[in-house]
Amino acid sequence: MALVEVPARPAPDAPGRLRGALIVAEHHWTWYRRNWRATVVSSVLQPLLFLLAFGVGFGALVDGTGRAATATGGVDYLVWLAPALLAMSAVQTAAFESTYPVLSGFKWQRGYHAMAATPLTGAQIAVGHLGWIGAKMFASGAIYVAVIALFGGVQSVGIVVSLLVATLAGMSVASLVMWFAATVENEGSAFSALFRFVVIPMTLFSGTFFPIDRLPVLVQPVAWVSPLWHATELARSAALDAWRPVAAAGHLAHLLVLLAVGTLLVTRRFARRLAP
Amino acid sequence: MPNVSDALVQARGLRKRFGSFEAVRGIDVDVARGEVFGFLGPNGAGKSSTMRMIACVSPRTEGSLQVLGMDPGSDGPRIRARIGVVPQLDNLDAELSVRENLEIYGRYFGLSRRHVRAKAAELLEFAQLAERAGDPVEPLSGGMKRRLTIARSLVNDPELLLLDEPTTGLDPQARHLLWDRLYRLKRDGVTQIITTHYMDEAEQLCDRLVVMDGGVIVAEGSPTELIERYSTREVLELRFTPEARPEAGVLEPLVDRVEELPDRFLLYTADGERAQAELARAGLTPLSALVRRSSLEDVFLRLTGRTLVD
Repeated sequence: MALVEVPARPAPDAPGRLRGALIVAEHHWTWYRRNWRATVVSSVLQPLLFLLAFGVGFGALVDGTGRAATATGGVDYLVWLAPALLAMSAVQTAAFESTYPVLSGFKWQRGYHAMAATPLTGAQIAVGHLGWIGAKMFASGAIYVAVIALFGGVQSVGIVVSLLVATLAGMSVASLVMWFAATVENEGSAFSALFRFVVIPMTLFSGTFFPIDRLPVLVQPVAWVSPLWHATELARSAALDAWRPVAAAGHLAHLLVLLAVGTLLVTRRFARRLAP
Repeated sequence: MPNVSDALVQARGLRKRFGSFEAVRGIDVDVARGEVFGFLGPNGAGKSSTMRMIACVSPRTEGSLQVLGMDPGSDGPRIRARIGVVPQLDNLDAELSVRENLEIYGRYFGLSRRHVRAKAAELLEFAQLAERAGDPVEPLSGGMKRRLTIARSLVNDPELLLLDEPTTGLDPQARHLLWDRLYRLKRDGVTQIITTHYMDEAEQLCDRLVVMDGGVIVAEGSPTELIERYSTREVLELRFTPEARPEAGVLEPLVDRVEELPDRFLLYTADGERAQAELARAGLTPLSALVRRSSLEDVFLRLTGRTLVD
């Protein structure tokens, strides 16, 4: 059988920059369509458990009077918590999605190497994967918002802005973690150290469950560098319609700068590792 | 500027260094359109490093390299758009189906969904995998995965196909099936570059080859030419019991050349039968004696003093 049945196509050329990244994202989507059941636990169920435990369960104890009311600005604890949970869940998902799957692309399944043999470039492979992580965070975040609304945790349409902020924060974190993962040669203890010493402390002390002014004064500056704290502040002002323009601009700038730096690092690192 | 229609690959003084280790130490290579060209050599000879430079996934350290008339340093994506690559290690998507693997790979080349659907159906036939099209890749046999990897490398109708040790680890039946597919591609005019450490594979498939050792090319020619130039027509292989094993010097007067291996002697001569008769007259009684035609294995042994597959 000769290879002539399919009509010839125009002389092939490499896809453009953005198109290449979209094709990479399409690969992840193809994979996800087949394997979504395996990841649904971490991306949807886990945030739901957080919502039930802290928002609904613990929240019932925080009845919106006295010091609690001062902290939440008088709204229900669930309403106050919801946008922060959205950001926290995005950042957690981002960290997870940009560790093991990235190492697998280089080492185990070697899917990145398969892509690198085609016209796609290392930068497109990195940006495509990052974009996919962003799209996935946005989608699972949207489901999360709907569920929170069912429990009465949504006060205004500002929550949509919170969702966008959460996605941006997730992508900022993902770009940096992907860069880190791309420097890792073997699983070893690098990822568990990352989760133990960076991700988990960040989720506990970024103002998600209580304002950071409750923290010891010496610890507070640590929260200021945490992208999750900036995202939480921003997402919360949006959801509660409590904007402070200068602060908001600062938080947004912090997240955008992180994303820019992370993208620069990760694209370079991918290009170098895929073409040694 | 070389004539693009003649030389698909042209390398001059090509070098690749990794830190202080030099994997490729200045090689010249020309591959013409339509030919099947082989890099033959033991592990660590620099074959794969050379292939990766040609495939535009590893920048060269020194020297010049042209692939399809373009420079891999500046035109990597455009070159990769027109070549097919079968890597040494399979990197299929284990969790996707056989068909999905072909389709998504076609998309990497920017091909339309319609085109890759039709192309995948054609390639499934070619690779004899049509019946497994909907199955996930993971449980497939090694031979099937290899055929799928080759089918995948053809999804963009490449002008040049690079195969890095395509049959390593396959059983003989799977190898022959694969060779047959590669032969069909050659008949369809697809230029192929193959690395292998199997002599029989190189003899079967390659029009022309270079023997590499320690990062340099030690010989170049067609399999027949190389055998004529570096070996004799026949080889007499002798095995002795440890007690009856003679010194190599005793055998040397009988033939053109003697190679001493740990387990046997190789006697190079135009006429193996006659050498065997002389051996008997000299009162030497080997445990076994076998006369065979010279192969590329003998060429390699002559050139490097080592066997290929230890």
